[in-house]
Amino acid sequence: MRLLTHNMLASNARGASTGYPLKLQVVKWTTKEAEPNADFLRGMLPKLDWAALVAATHSLGLPGLLPESPPTDAELSADGAADDEGSALRRLHRALLEIHIEEGTLVCPDTERCFPISKGVPNMLLHEDEVRN
Amino acid sequence: MWYLCVFYHRLLDYRRPEVQSLAELFGGPGAGDAVEWRLPENHHVDSPFHLVRLPGDERLAAQIANRSLLVKGIYELWGQGTTYEELEKSVMEYPEERKLPYLTPESTFKIVVDSFGKVISFQEQNEIMKSLTYIPFKGRVNLKKPDHKFFVMETDDYGCNNGLPPVAQRTIFFGREVGAADRHLLPTYQLKSRKYIGPTAMDAEMAFLMANQGLARPGKLVYDPFVGTGSILVAAAHFGAMTMGADIDIRVVRDGRGPDCNIWSNFEQYKLPEPLCVLRADNNVPPWRPGLKEIFDAIICDPPYGVRAGGRKSGGRKLLKGTVAPYTVPDEKRGNHIPSTAPYSLAECVHDLLHLAARMLVMGGRLVFFYPVIREDGIANPAKYPEHPCFKLIASCEQILSMRYSRVLLTMVKVGPYTEEVEKEAEQWHREFRENHHKWMEEGNLHSAVFSPAEQAADGKPAIDRDSKPKYRGKTFHLFANAEDEPPRSDQGSAKFRGFNTG
Ligand SMILES: C[S@@+](CC[C@H](N)C(=O)[O-])C[C@H]1O[C@@H](n2cnc3c(N)ncnc32)[C@H](O)[C@@H]1O
Repeated sequence: MRLLTHNMLASNARGASTGYPLKLQVVKWTTKEAEPNADFLRGMLPKLDWAALVAATHSLGLPGLLPESPPTDAELSADGAADDEGSALRRLHRALLEIHIEEGTLVCPDTERCFPISKGVPNMLLHEDEVRN
Repeated sequence: MWYLCVFYHRLLDYRRPEVQSLAELFGGPGAGDAVEWRLPENHHVDSPFHLVRLPGDERLAAQIANRSLLVKGIYELWGQGTTYEELEKSVMEYPEERKLPYLTPESTFKIVVDSFGKVISFQEQNEIMKSLTYIPFKGRVNLKKPDHKFFVMETDDYGCNNGLPPVAQRTIFFGREVGAADRHLLPTYQLKSRKYIGPTAMDAEMAFLMANQGLARPGKLVYDPFVGTGSILVAAAHFGAMTMGADIDIRVVRDGRGPDCNIWSNFEQYKLPEPLCVLRADNNVPPWRPGLKEIFDAIICDPPYGVRAGGRKSGGRKLLKGTVAPYTVPDEKRGNHIPSTAPYSLAECVHDLLHLAARMLVMGGRLVFFYPVIREDGIANPAKYPEHPCFKLIASCEQILSMRYSRVLLTMVKVGPYTEEVEKEAEQWHREFRENHHKWMEEGNLHSAVFSPAEQAADGKPAIDRDSKPKYRGKTFHLFANAEDEPPRSDQGSAKFRGFNTG
């Protein structure tokens, strides 16, 4: 599971108010390199919950990876950004798409309900007595 | 400019929409709608020969043809006739300035004689080529890699069996090829050689057609909420899109058949970027955070219809022997408890899909999905397709399964934002749809088609009336298969669809 996915998910179980952001408890994670796509990242940026993304990098022990406020469009589009390891584009790319949580848990902030992540797949299915009517 | 567009004679309903989708994809917004069609004189709409006007130059025509699955070729038409004399006259009348640039001495060329609905012997082909001396070819012949390819295409009365009017009358076309389909990708992606497939995996050709309807391309994000073995996302990823999928069945999305035979290995097999994410989730209770919207460029899927490969949703109430209250999962069992599920009716499944799409698609984004219908008097009735105030239906492509049942690939475009008011309106539409759908099912007994494959013959294939006239419109295929990919259920007893009379 990438942090992009983490940024999109919430607990939808009965009893949760917003169920978001899910706390991230990581047992095992890896990085896999991928080709950055600047257009995709620029399009995604306004849809992200930046604070939640930054918090997620912190729970992985990567406090310096992302700045406290989101990069601007101009920063993402800067010349050579795709090739410069330290550029805003590459950092965002790394955080959103290159980090993979293999094993761990997503915890609902309202109810403490745990959603396991195993083999990289978050299990968001509810038990039969948790579905809202 | 008008071109001659020659199609493969298959999946007839899918052909024009595919060209229009690709025009939109390569030509930009509005280009799909700007495509115009005509038929050659005395040709029926099922003919392989169509005349098409594309909103762009020859490059657009080439891009469309090259990416298409159903376009055999797009040609600049130099002339046509019902006899070779008429053809000559027509080619002679075609403006010199359109012809000469392709006949120059320094160019190489090749002439192909093609026939439809008849066989032309090698000798006849030679004679036809020799008869073209009225065209001043100055270049050198190169059969392997010519600069210009010319086609003589001859059709006989074509497709006039089954008592239907002929789809094409004898016509001879002469044209210069502008682009041709690359069907090489079909043998590469055929399910036969794919590592991980399930009984409801989408065949490669249909998956590519769906990806084309969804305008899959680099920089776009495609979501399949019923991802199964990922066959639709594989097609979208082939065209460069980023992908995401979810399924209620954990065995399918996480485990597959082992570490080298699962969704991920399907992407590896073709050297495609793996999905951005694969989730286990129920589309009836989607796990998206509040405020998240307009994030997918396309939602493309084959929803679970039917009992055996049918839909399940969370929340089945299991009543243990002797208890009256709904089952509560004991705390010590929560860890590896397998949630029970309830049946997921077609109407509800479609409602959830439209709701998801209305919220999660970007404006202009596309929803592409299959929908089963009863055929009335030999046609699928568009009045019975599901609707949503945010969406405009732009294509419905029927694939006939039997005399009475079809599945229709619906392509919808998001044309309005999802507001609270729209949501209320959509609920109203849904209630009407659900009631009507219930009625249609009882009237037409769609139930038996979709939910209990009574029409299946002993060999497991849908029983098809061999004399069914329109059967050539779509190849027959196998909709209902084994239950292997079904989500887990602990309430086996209620596995049947509720509320409908099996009759
Ligand atoms: C027709 S199959 C799609 C197969 C897929 N196209 C493939 O390539 O394998 C439908 C899928 O929907 C899943 N499904 C059924 N009910 C569901 C639900 N409520 N939410 C999400 N997925 C569901 C099934 O597990 C099944 O894999």
